[in-house]
Amino acid sequence: MYHLIRWLIRTWRSRRGAAQAQTQIQEQTPGAPTTTGEYAAGEPVTDGAAGDNAAADEPSAPARPARPAVRLVTAPPPVPPGSGGEVSGSPALSVNGLTKRFGDRVAFQDLSFEVGHGEVFGFLGPNGAGKTTTVRTLGTLFAPTSGSASVAGLPLSPRNGAEIRRRISIMPESPGLYLRLSVAENLECFADLYDAPDPRERIDRALRAVHLADRAQDPCGALSKGLRQRVALARALLSDPAVLFLDEPTAGLDPVAARDVHELIDDLRQRGVTIFLTTHRLEEAERLCDRVAILNRTLRTVGRPEELRERMFAKSLTVRTLEPLPAPDRVFVGLPAVDGWQRDADQGYVIAVSDTRIAAPAVTRALVQAGADVLSVGESRHSLEDVYLELIDTDEEASRR
Amino acid sequence: MSISRRHVRAIFRKELREYRHNGSIVWTMAVIPLVFVLPTIINVFGVAAGSVHADLLLYMLGIPALVPAVVAAYSVVGERQQGTLEPVLTTPISREEFMLGKALAALVPSLVISYGVYVVVVACIELFAHPGVAAELVRWPELLAQLLFTPLLAGWSIWVGIAISTRFGEVRVAQQLGALASFPSVLVTALIAYAVIPASLGLSIGGAVLLLLLNGLGWRVTSAAFQRERLISGTR
Repeated sequence: MYHLIRWLIRTWRSRRGAAQAQTQIQEQTPGAPTTTGEYAAGEPVTDGAAGDNAAADEPSAPARPARPAVRLVTAPPPVPPGSGGEVSGSPALSVNGLTKRFGDRVAFQDLSFEVGHGEVFGFLGPNGAGKTTTVRTLGTLFAPTSGSASVAGLPLSPRNGAEIRRRISIMPESPGLYLRLSVAENLECFADLYDAPDPRERIDRALRAVHLADRAQDPCGALSKGLRQRVALARALLSDPAVLFLDEPTAGLDPVAARDVHELIDDLRQRGVTIFLTTHRLEEAERLCDRVAILNRTLRTVGRPEELRERMFAKSLTVRTLEPLPAPDRVFVGLPAVDGWQRDADQGYVIAVSDTRIAAPAVTRALVQAGADVLSVGESRHSLEDVYLELIDTDEEASRR
Repeated sequence: MSISRRHVRAIFRKELREYRHNGSIVWTMAVIPLVFVLPTIINVFGVAAGSVHADLLLYMLGIPALVPAVVAAYSVVGERQQGTLEPVLTTPISREEFMLGKALAALVPSLVISYGVYVVVVACIELFAHPGVAAELVRWPELLAQLLFTPLLAGWSIWVGIAISTRFGEVRVAQQLGALASFPSVLVTALIAYAVIPASLGLSIGGAVLLLLLNGLGWRVTSAAFQRERLISGTR
């Protein structure tokens, strides 16, 4: 009782001061110029977070030596007009040499990258690569072991923990809803926790955004997994975040529900929200993300999906003929922009080229002149999955050696 | 450190809504007082005037000591197991606000139950017990002691329960330890009620001051023990 009375008196006294502080906070632009605050190693980011040892979010990850870190600092690309938010001077996320260890186990090491305002940034990697730990660290839930970062314009530091959390939203992989409470009751709780100025309106807007306005009174326990995921997304939207972290938002969803989530991410991109998306679905990353990073404890690569493809794989043409060519060397060698060729399965040839626009017509003409029955001549397409598998397989081989 | 009333209220209201939707929590809280009511009633109605312990009704102080313990011990570990803790901790709420919301949500129903049961028992004694027994038991000092010590004992049990809840990863273990931790308080009230420890004004004031200090300390210590990283990563 004494405690309660003390708290009431203190709250009454601090009301005016708190209201002033709130006003100051609201006056700060989420994307305000970043001051790079160095983060002392081992200093807790969160309220009393101790940086304890042992398992992290992906405890099943096999312990293996992290590859030597390649520092990849890639500036966010200019986003084409109309494709969602211009990249302003200061990045929405700036990470510099960030490392997190749990005792001897490295969760991630020496991460350096930037994410521009309004960018959809994909964060890919195998299980145990440190994706979720990275999200939790940038979300101030975990204290980094070393390195520095700024999130939504604020240096990642213990002092800024609450203010960073006010500017961002994290949708964890598991929806984490109160299953006995209704959808509206869940959202009311979080609207208050985010200090949403007009909670009723915010809740309605968030529910409309995820097409759940008619399910507001349903208990969350009665919803399907896909619908729960949508409620979690609505919850993440309540604070109108400057940066939205989505951790596997389509995990376990059927294709229709996943498509709905994709459409919502597209909508958010149009509104200029910066999205940090961790996913295992490579086609999802390729379709949604302006840039992707591939993580396997250390950052393996960062870039636009097409850049990564070009960086990883030589350009090539695939040629298919009805019958094998009697003398392929005579057909392909010496053609402009053709660097070499090799036999492929099914009467095919893969032609390494330096420029497909020059090589393709030349190869076609050469085949016709050679009297070949041409079935197809096409540019070889490498997917983001090819890039991903190439990098991760390399890591696997290195770890086996 | 400033406390946001809105954050505290959000947690408090959410907890009360969960109680409302989960009948088993309410039933558990309502059944525990029987442990204290039945012996008291049997004692009161089974003895003649002059042979009853004058401080017998202080035994009812075991209710606020025991009732909130189980709920408080569930408060953090329960959210961890449900997977609802992480989303809450990603919001701007401070750990002190979170703890206060949880504590108030355990305190309010405990007070309602403790005072409610006490009023019913006193009314039964006044109406149905031998007038001499009633006059011996229902006295202002005991009524004031009940009024004062109920929130203090409940508060202490709650902070101990929440502290246990932040340290253990298993709901059953936390609840068992929470109940165990409240037994010293129950034992002391029982010893006073049965005159093993003689009740006095000095003991009352000393006990009240001690519980006040423990409550204040409980909030601080429990908040300090609440570490986001450890709770989410599951490390000890």
